[in-house]
Amino acid sequence: MNNYCFIIILIMTPLLQISSANAESAKDNYRTYCMQCHGMAGQGMGLNIQDMSVQPRDHTDTKAMSTRTDSELFKVIKEGGIAISKSSLMPPWADTFTDSEIHELVKHLRKLCQCDNQTK
Amino acid sequence: MTTPLGKWLLLTLAVFSLVTASPAQADGLGLLNKHNCSSCHALTGPAPSTLAALWQRKGPDLFYAGNKYRQEWLETWLQNPKRIRPAGMFYMNHIKPGPKRNMVDTSSLSQHLQLNSSDAKSIAAALTTLKENTSLIQNEKHNSKLSPGPLGEMMFDKIFGCMACHQIEPGFGGLSGPEVYTAGTRLKAEFMLSYIRSPQAWDAKVWMPNAHLPDNNIQKLVNYIINLSKKSYDE
Repeated sequence: MNNYCFIIILIMTPLLQISSANAESAKDNYRTYCMQCHGMAGQGMGLNIQDMSVQPRDHTDTKAMSTRTDSELFKVIKEGGIAISKSSLMPPWADTFTDSEIHELVKHLRKLCQCDNQTK
Repeated sequence: MTTPLGKWLLLTLAVFSLVTASPAQADGLGLLNKHNCSSCHALTGPAPSTLAALWQRKGPDLFYAGNKYRQEWLETWLQNPKRIRPAGMFYMNHIKPGPKRNMVDTSSLSQHLQLNSSDAKSIAAALTTLKENTSLIQNEKHNSKLSPGPLGEMMFDKIFGCMACHQIEPGFGGLSGPEVYTAGTRLKAEFMLSYIRSPQAWDAKVWMPNAHLPDNNIQKLVNYIINLSKKSYDE
């Protein structure tokens, strides 16, 4: 029995390492995918905003960001603005991020806004 | 920039292709080497699988150029290259803070090599032989009759939000993605269908999301894009 466990661990260890190696940091994901609209400083002043009918959220706005729960932030990143009755200009990123990466992005947003809202 | 393995793969590709290629294609494969195209473009796959690799990419991947580009467009563009991505290949490498929004730092952008007509023709012919990812387009069927009519722009701008990253005419739209008002002459319809259906299937880390659109809406968007390219733009 112990031998079987050892073999399973031996097989699984590299797989787990590969999986963790493929996960990108929230900071790098934010830089690559979010800054194009939310801006280099996260203030909603991205490269793309000039002709947008709805301006992107300022992630450093403590007051506004405090009104969003972590689950709402998770949902809007994964499913897009429409999923929380907001603009379609915020697209769904389900095929880009794993759920784990989205959870890390939510934590990153909380650092940017220096705010918290896990219970509302 | 090319690794020894990359050079070996390129050489192998060139030698293999020389056996079956037409004279123009064979010349083009040699010219790809001569002009060191692989220093900016990947001529063999796969696409970057990490963000670190994505950030370093200097030009579009060409290992599926034959499935992506229209040959006549390649031939014309290589003789008179104009910027397609307003903020370069990876926008974060070419932007700076501005008073109202982040701006393109044009001083960081470089001009593409301009070729004479003979070289452009040969390289365009050679690029058509690079056909990785064929399985992604072989089942795509373009329906040119599925017109969005007057709703095309509304679909692109408001309903699906594509204009957030793409320009639909010079000076209007987002800047982090390639302009779409020339895409209809640049890209094969089947490639556009497949790419909109799943950008990540072509380019795992690309910053274009998959909106999971139904086929009839993808067809309408592609036909809208093709219609855009029929207009003339003063730039």
